[in-house]
Amino acid sequence: MNILKLIQDIEKADPEVYGRLDSRRAAFKNISGFSKKIAVAAVPLALGSLFTKAYGQSNNAIVDTLQFALTLEYLEDEFYRLGLASSTAVAAANRPVIEQISKHEAAHVKFLQDTLRSLNATPVPKPTFDFSAGGAFADWNTNPATFLALAQAFEDTGVRAYKGQAGNLIASSAVLTAALQIHSVEARHAAEIRKIRGLKSWITGNERGAGMPAPTQAVYNGEEVTTQATVNIASGGISVGAASEAFDEPLEKQAVLDIANLFIVQPR
Amino acid sequence: MEKINQPEENEGGISKALKAQMQRRTFFRYAGASAAAATLLLTTSCDDDDDQIDPLPPVGDAVDLGSGDVGILNYAYALEQLEAAFYTQVIATKYAGMTAAETQLLTDIRDHEIAHREFFKAALGNNAIPGLEVNFTKINFNDRASVLGTAKAFEDLGVSAYNGAGQLFTDTGVGLTYLTLAGKIVSVEARHAAAIRDLLNPLSKDFSGDDVVDAKGLDVSRTPMEVLTIAADYIKTKINANNLPK
Repeated sequence: MNILKLIQDIEKADPEVYGRLDSRRAAFKNISGFSKKIAVAAVPLALGSLFTKAYGQSNNAIVDTLQFALTLEYLEDEFYRLGLASSTAVAAANRPVIEQISKHEAAHVKFLQDTLRSLNATPVPKPTFDFSAGGAFADWNTNPATFLALAQAFEDTGVRAYKGQAGNLIASSAVLTAALQIHSVEARHAAEIRKIRGLKSWITGNERGAGMPAPTQAVYNGEEVTTQATVNIASGGISVGAASEAFDEPLEKQAVLDIANLFIVQPR
Repeated sequence: MEKINQPEENEGGISKALKAQMQRRTFFRYAGASAAAATLLLTTSCDDDDDQIDPLPPVGDAVDLGSGDVGILNYAYALEQLEAAFYTQVIATKYAGMTAAETQLLTDIRDHEIAHREFFKAALGNNAIPGLEVNFTKINFNDRASVLGTAKAFEDLGVSAYNGAGQLFTDTGVGLTYLTLAGKIVSVEARHAAAIRDLLNPLSKDFSGDDVVDAKGLDVSRTPMEVLTIAADYIKTKINANNLPK
C-alpha cells in the first residue's frame, strides 16, 4: 500500500483535501511520521481518522450547506455591486435601498467564508456569473426595471433557499441561528424590492407578480400552499390568498441550483 | 502522530463555541427522542373527549407556557396573539388619514397574524395556553406614528423571537417539522417589518436598517426571556416561561 500515492490520488480527485485538513504539510507530516513508528497494518486506521476529520459526518452537512449558501451570496453580492457600478441600472431614488442590500450581501459572503474556515473547510470559489442568463436579460445592467425584476427573483429565491436548509444545520445551534439571522435579512430585502416594484411585500399564491419575466416562475412555484401541518389555514375568514401569503415555503437545494445555474457560466 | 490526538491548536472563538454546541446537540439527540415521544402522546390525547380539558392551568396568576417543543409553540402562540390583537384593533379603529394603500397593507398583515395565531392554536390542541389579555394603553390608535411605531416594534420583536427560538426545538421528528414551520412564519414577519419600516421612512435604508442588521449582515436574535420582558408592556396576563428549553 503506497500511502503517498494514495494521498496524491485523493488530491487529484479532491483538490481541496488539504483545505479540509490543517494543511498539506501537516497532513504529510502526520502520515509519514506515523508510518515510521507503527506497523503498516495500522496505517489505514490513521488514514481513516484523517478522513473523518476532513469529511466527518458531523460537519459534512453543515459545510455543504454553508458552501451552497455561499454560492448564492456570491451571486447576490456581485449582482448588486455591478448594478451599482453601472450608471443606469439603478434609479437614483432607489440607490439608498440597493446600497444597503449590497452592503448586507457583501457581509454575508464574508461571514460564510469566515464560518467555513472556522470549520476547517475551504470556501468554494466564486463562480463566473452571467446575469443576462445567456441573453434573456440582456439589459440587466442598463434597464432599472430589468435590474429590479432580477433582484426580486434573487431575494425571493434566497429566502426559500435558506428556509429549505434549516434542517441541515441543527447539529450546531450557533450555525443554525446565524443562518436564520441571514434568512430574515433576505426576507426584508425581498419585501422592499417587491414594494419598489409596486407589488405586495408578500407572495400571494404562486404569483410571480406583474412585470416578472416568465423564466422567474420557478422561484414562485410551490408558494401556493394553504395547509400547514394538516391545519387548513384558509378558514375562519382567512382568504386563500392571505393563507398562502402568511407562510413562505422552502425550496429544495436542487431547485435553487437550477435557478442559480441560469446565471452561472458553466466551466467547459 | 501526537498532533492527531491533540486538540487543535489555535482553536477558540467560533470554532470552540461550535464544538460546545455540537456536544450539547448530541445530548439533545438522545434526550429529544423521549421528548418527541411525549409530544406525540400529548397531541394524540386531544381525541379523548372524556378528558376534562384544562391543560396548563395558571400557576398562581401566571400562564405556564410549558416545556419542550410545546413550550416553544406556546411562546410563538402568545406572540401571535399579541400581534393579531394589535392589528385587529388597528383596522377596527383606523388612525386619522389612513390611506387606501395603508389600509390594504395593514389589513393583509392583520389577516396573516390571525392565520398564524389560529395555526398555533390548532396545532397545539389541548396543549394551547388560554387567550391572553392584552394591554394597549400605551398605544394611541388614532395616531399614525404611534400605530406604525408599535407595528415596527412588534414585527422586529417577532423576527428576533423566531430567530432565537429555532435552536430550541428538538432535533428530530416533530421538532424538525416545527423548525421548518417557524421558518415559514419568520420570513413573513420580516417582510412585515420591512414594509412597515418603508411606510415610516420610504426608500431609505430603514427597511433593513443598521439598528436591526449588524456589520455581519445578521438580523437580531433574542431569547424567550428577552422577548417576553419587552412584550410584557403589552400583555396584561402574566406569563411563566421558566420551563422553556434553554
